[in-house]
Amino acid sequence: MRIEKTTSHRTENHPDTAFPIYGAAESGQKQEPRKGGGGDDSSGASDGSKKLAKKGEKLKEEMDALVDEIDEVLEENAEEFVKNYVQRGGE
Amino acid sequence: MAIPKVMGTEIEYGITVKGDPDFDPISSCVLLVNAYREDHAGEILWDYEQENPLADARGFQVDGEKYTPNQQENIARNKTLVNGARYYVDHAHPEYSSPEVTNVRDLVVHEKAGERVLEASRREANALLPRGTHMLLYKNNSDQKGNSYGSHENYLMDRRTSFKQIVEHLMPYFVTRQVYTGAGKVGSENRSHPCRYQISQRADFFETEVALDTMVKRPIINTRDEPHADREKYRRLHVIVGDANLSEYTIYLRNGAAAIVLSMIEDGAIDRNLALRDPVRNIREVSQDIECKRELQLESGKKLTAVQIQSEYLDMALRWASTRELDAVTLDVLSKWQDVMACLARDPMELDTRIDWVMKRALIEGFMERKTLDWDAPQVRMLDLQYHDLRPDKGLYYILERQGRAERIVTDEEIAAAIHQPPQDTRAYFRGECLRRYGSAVFGVNWDSISFGVEDEPIKRILMAEPLKGTKGHVDELLEDSPTAADLVRNLRA
Repeated sequence: MRIEKTTSHRTENHPDTAFPIYGAAESGQKQEPRKGGGGDDSSGASDGSKKLAKKGEKLKEEMDALVDEIDEVLEENAEEFVKNYVQRGGE
Repeated sequence: MAIPKVMGTEIEYGITVKGDPDFDPISSCVLLVNAYREDHAGEILWDYEQENPLADARGFQVDGEKYTPNQQENIARNKTLVNGARYYVDHAHPEYSSPEVTNVRDLVVHEKAGERVLEASRREANALLPRGTHMLLYKNNSDQKGNSYGSHENYLMDRRTSFKQIVEHLMPYFVTRQVYTGAGKVGSENRSHPCRYQISQRADFFETEVALDTMVKRPIINTRDEPHADREKYRRLHVIVGDANLSEYTIYLRNGAAAIVLSMIEDGAIDRNLALRDPVRNIREVSQDIECKRELQLESGKKLTAVQIQSEYLDMALRWASTRELDAVTLDVLSKWQDVMACLARDPMELDTRIDWVMKRALIEGFMERKTLDWDAPQVRMLDLQYHDLRPDKGLYYILERQGRAERIVTDEEIAAAIHQPPQDTRAYFRGECLRRYGSAVFGVNWDSISFGVEDEPIKRILMAEPLKGTKGHVDELLEDSPTAADLVRNLRA
């Protein structure tokens, strides 16, 4: 029996798609496409940064869809609902 | 050598009836629990005879009145299920105690089956309520107004391990494990420092280090000494310092890592002094430190963060593991524990598909950003509460799960099966099978006994003091040879 102290399973357990989707926005660092080469010419951007931008776009869309779904099911009159949720202590 | 960590969880759920200003929690709980129908459907008592919740692990018996309901009340408030679980009314909450299992994978399956049992009975109960009112259930621990209800873990331990040792080695572990077991909470209560968001639902409610109480002045380590098994050989560690988790990954790691640490204590494998100077204060500090960077003062003079303290335990666990043969589930827990500690050290937000408090935080912050809300908005508290809602179409955790944003440990098929089937490798198998086969002849049940009333004879109580006996392997032949309860009792006597 041997356990390596690495995180080598991470990639197989958590493929890219399942990885931090809304984490980036949260930490205040908007995922901006990196500028390639230099200058403002966007045509100079590498394939990699285009891919990254595309992925960022996709994640944003996914988050929008999630927020929309939550918005639809979220209890109306939140303020009153939360106020009325009173429990007796238990255990 | 550590004994097998037989374990189970007891979850109290929040309950409310929307649209009913005169909602009474106790009668709602009774309605809910009785709305759940199983085939055996006998009137079965919970056997209080052998219960002793006032025995203290430090070696004394506390004065107080033991609760024993009358027969009718007993039957109305207690259901024992064919999967070996107990589903009942505890004070003003519905509670689901899972059957005993031998590993954390089964634990996840059975804790999740409990959510479905409650949801199924909620739907049945709703059909009986007046129009315009709806019963709702929440798998959480607080109403955000200073009232808390528990989610407890139980672990079988070797009686030879002294309780003093257990307390010493567990205290720093329990104060800091919330970094990967917390269910997350908006705001604070019970006179804690104000905050926007904190890691744990429960940290605000712990007021002392070690005690027998669970309802007032809650202790980080609970001393209830009620093994529900042979008390010469075993103790049952009754853990009250945990959150009600929805994420399978979090449940898995919560019980899995604790079971490893408890085995290490039995094996004398904890050899670092991590004692904290002020555990009660620290548990709140860790909960409010959502960046996981704050240092805690150790007795030794050192300062470590919660993540560093957990990494110390993990490190000791890896060394302990390298000297023995471990089962596949335990090895998997160790590898997930490693992954999670690595993420926590880099950026806790990396765990936004795995650990409840991070999943909830990411969801709330994503929502706030798109709706331009701040932390004081009522919708934010609603998101917090509704994360724990048991309705599959409205509960926010379940929405995350459906969208592939919640990493799974078990399958829906396994969970569905566990609603009707007990674990096969503990005494829960015998309990569940007796209920399924001889339900109408079962008179009373407790964790360590089952009694039958057959053919005008005096009640026969069968004791099950060994949690690892009464398994499928042990009793299937006996059950097959016993078409009726009378046969079973006769065969057991033979």
